[in-house]
Amino acid sequence: MSLLRQRATDLLALLHSGQITSVELTRAFLNQIKLHDPRVKAFLRVDHERALARAADIDKRRREGKSVGRLAGLPVAIKDLLCTEGETTTCGSRMLEYFKPPYDATVIAKLKAADAVLIGKTNMDEFAMGGSTENSAFQKTANPWDLSRIPGGSSGGAAACVAAGMAPLSVGSDTGGSIRQPAGLCGVTGLKPTYGRVSRFGLVAFASSLDQIGPLARTAEDTALLLEVLAGHDPLDSTSIDMPVPNYSQTVKQPLANLRLGLVREHFGEGLDGEVETAVREAVKVYEALGATIKWVSLEHGKFGVATYYIIAPCEASSNLARYDGVHYGHRTDEKKMIAALAAERQSLESAGRRAEADALDNPLVRMYRQSRAEGFGAEVKRRIMLGTYALSAGYYDAYYLKALKVRRLIRMDYDAAFDEVDLIAGPVTTTTAFKLGEKVDDPLSMYLVDLYTVSANLAGIGGIAFPCGFSSAGLPIGLQLQGPPFAEERLLQAAHMFQQATDWHLRFPEMVSNP
Amino acid sequence: MTQPHTVIIGLEVHVQLLTRTKLFCRCSTKFGAAPNTQTCPVCIGMPGTLPVMNREAFQLGLKTALALNCQIASHTKWDRKQYYYPDLPKGYQISQYDLPFSHDGYLEISDPKGRFETKRVGIIRAHLEEDAGKSMHDELAGQADSRIDLNRAGTPLLEIVSQPDMRSPLEAKAYLSEMKLLLTYLGVSDCNMQEGSLRVDANINLHVDTPQGKVATPIVEVKNMNSFRAVERAMEYEAARQYEVWQETHQRLGDVPKQTRGWDDVANITRGQRHKEESSDYRYFPDPDLVPVRVSQAEIDASRNSLGELPADLRHRLERTYAIKPYDSDVIVSAGRALVDYYVELAELCGDGKLASNWVQQDVMRTLNEQKIEVEKFPLSPRQLCELLKAIQDGQINTSRAREVFIEMVALGRSAAEVMTARGIEKVDESELVALCKELIDANPKIVADIRSGKQQAAGNLIGQAKKKNPNVNPGRLREIVIDLVGKM
Repeated sequence: MSLLRQRATDLLALLHSGQITSVELTRAFLNQIKLHDPRVKAFLRVDHERALARAADIDKRRREGKSVGRLAGLPVAIKDLLCTEGETTTCGSRMLEYFKPPYDATVIAKLKAADAVLIGKTNMDEFAMGGSTENSAFQKTANPWDLSRIPGGSSGGAAACVAAGMAPLSVGSDTGGSIRQPAGLCGVTGLKPTYGRVSRFGLVAFASSLDQIGPLARTAEDTALLLEVLAGHDPLDSTSIDMPVPNYSQTVKQPLANLRLGLVREHFGEGLDGEVETAVREAVKVYEALGATIKWVSLEHGKFGVATYYIIAPCEASSNLARYDGVHYGHRTDEKKMIAALAAERQSLESAGRRAEADALDNPLVRMYRQSRAEGFGAEVKRRIMLGTYALSAGYYDAYYLKALKVRRLIRMDYDAAFDEVDLIAGPVTTTTAFKLGEKVDDPLSMYLVDLYTVSANLAGIGGIAFPCGFSSAGLPIGLQLQGPPFAEERLLQAAHMFQQATDWHLRFPEMVSNP
Repeated sequence: MTQPHTVIIGLEVHVQLLTRTKLFCRCSTKFGAAPNTQTCPVCIGMPGTLPVMNREAFQLGLKTALALNCQIASHTKWDRKQYYYPDLPKGYQISQYDLPFSHDGYLEISDPKGRFETKRVGIIRAHLEEDAGKSMHDELAGQADSRIDLNRAGTPLLEIVSQPDMRSPLEAKAYLSEMKLLLTYLGVSDCNMQEGSLRVDANINLHVDTPQGKVATPIVEVKNMNSFRAVERAMEYEAARQYEVWQETHQRLGDVPKQTRGWDDVANITRGQRHKEESSDYRYFPDPDLVPVRVSQAEIDASRNSLGELPADLRHRLERTYAIKPYDSDVIVSAGRALVDYYVELAELCGDGKLASNWVQQDVMRTLNEQKIEVEKFPLSPRQLCELLKAIQDGQINTSRAREVFIEMVALGRSAAEVMTARGIEKVDESELVALCKELIDANPKIVADIRSGKQQAAGNLIGQAKKKNPNVNPGRLREIVIDLVGKM
């Protein structure tokens, strides 16, 4: 079987037994990228030489019987918002087009220590703001199942590269659904860990209280393997939790007995596509057949999830993105032109006798801020900065930000109550399958609704996993989402694995992943 | 006609805490390094980095707040204060907004010269925040760029906000002196205003008595005061200026927006500062990168127990135990804990607090100043100095000769006995004194007549003659003997 179709766990076994080398494996994936990424555009940068050099080094150490890391020789793709020392990290933004961090994100350091082969940085919505990866300043990524469609987002490149057989493992981030939604739309497995499970140090922040790094892969087992490397307390991240990391790659194989699965009434209402609903209900039957009991629960405040999210996330973003002002960080406007333009404006106002207006002109520093930010940020990022700035302004703080925090608390309490009755909650990831590129770019509100089923988990800080549970008549993947109580990643992975043992949706490949 | 008015002053003090590392990263806080050499991705706000609280800074803050008699919040949080400035790399400063870690305390101030009544100045709050970097602007526009040094960015600051409880520039200065002394005793800050480790902003206005009652004038914030003396002068200037403005405009508090003025130390005036580009909506919100800080009662108790004896208590103890005046205790305590210890040991050894106080204040402190050394380096131990004081107490030597001996002791490192022996200073026997007096009385009948007629000061002449004959005589005792002998004639 083609290496590209194999599970990461199987590839690791082949590497360990010496049947393949990391160089061969890395080359196979790089070749797939070379063949198909010009159309998929999952990667912003691919690091051929360095990846192969690293693979060769790991092969050598393995041959010499030296100890090698947990992922020794496996290629891993990285979402372009994780800082990699000395290598460009753009966050999908013109602002950071030339940003080379002088340090590694904690998860990057962990991957390097685990001897992963980092093959490249994947495309994303600018600063992770978006659900289709169309907000990237550099390129639009296509869904490998239908190149006229979006891969989801913001971790669109991260999901598409796994679906397209360009990487067995991929690291993304999820602020409102940015791992689960593209995983669902691309037919791969993606997990958003509990807030605090994975260090955020080195993740270029979008919304600090919601961002969480997580793994994407073909199967639950592979996802477990990668999470095991990523997870853990980090003294550099005050919000990371000091709890031991379970042996996910082992426990994932243990089936859950007497699983109590909850279905959320509110998830099966208006707006849910019929084919998606059917696939999800079929998936629930699979669980029933595996001995699970089904119970309907209610997440009453879930309906406020999107509204709450679009207050809290922009508020935090407006603050986190303040540093991109052209002084220390981010694109800086052409100063000479700017100064000249400012002088010309002043002169024309003064010669027209409009002295007051001339006096009210920006000073050069303020003009530099304004112009640099106007040029460096894309429309969606500006929209959210304005939303957040407004909501945090004097006189509005209580009505927006503070109220959103209260609703956030209620959403968490709904989950706490639900998890008293059920072990996991199952439901759709999105209302529809992948939509067409360009379909929603002029309709930000409908774009915001793609997060409908996923944002609540971020607001509550709990974990969730998405994986394929069927295909639409058009041949597009349909995802199932499971959500669990805080730090129930083991349970999420076990449940996903049980499903994948009983079904083969996760083993379907788009055409470009050939099987010679 | 001048209307009676009261000056109302509140002070905001920013103190750099003496931590080894910055508030949210492990960079050194040492002053004076080459620009941008004490920085890391965290304190320069590099994308992706996260702050982690330095517990040491929190503990120093806690200690200070307890010494200021503040209430300590059982849990506190960090907020982002957002504004754009080139020396603020993140676009926000991590500070504390609505839940400062401490609040509602006081600092007692008094004037040893009694120019104002001892009073408690209320402390509204004390909170922690990170410092910004330093901008160095090119004065000749267009000649060079402005430069930014981020060494200071992230240094822990304690902001202490007083109630508007001070009623004169003198009180403001006393508050600052007492604050500095307290912080120095606690060892939480070096309070060096030149290096910016202590910064003061003042809010000042007037309460004018009018036939319609008390009227408050608009509050003015005064910045750029680089010494305590500057604060006192700026407040004096500002009070006078505001009274003039009041007389001209009769503007009341609320009639005009709050004004910010800068003190010009050369011209001795305050000048209005240009309004900031952005109005001051800092859009505070809780920093999601940091977790709330919990403070246990055990931690508070431990901190309280570590405070040691603070300046106010120390002054009272010295006054009580050694019967010295507030002025003296103030001078000694203000000179620092080490000098207090020196004084206490000396006073205990010689058994005369007043005498010890005089010698410590005049001779010891003068020597320390002249030689620019700390008391730890002072060559005479309290025991050695006490030997000299004992000689004075025994009448072996008078004060002015003792000073000469003291100088030699310091210069040569010799004991009092050695110096006195070398100089031939020894106690003159009582019988010898009586003999000398008799001799002088016999030789000076005119002076004796004067004394007998009631001019006791005439005895001075005899004492002068006696000192020439024998420099070791005790003039006081000599006088007593002369008067006694003449009286018996």
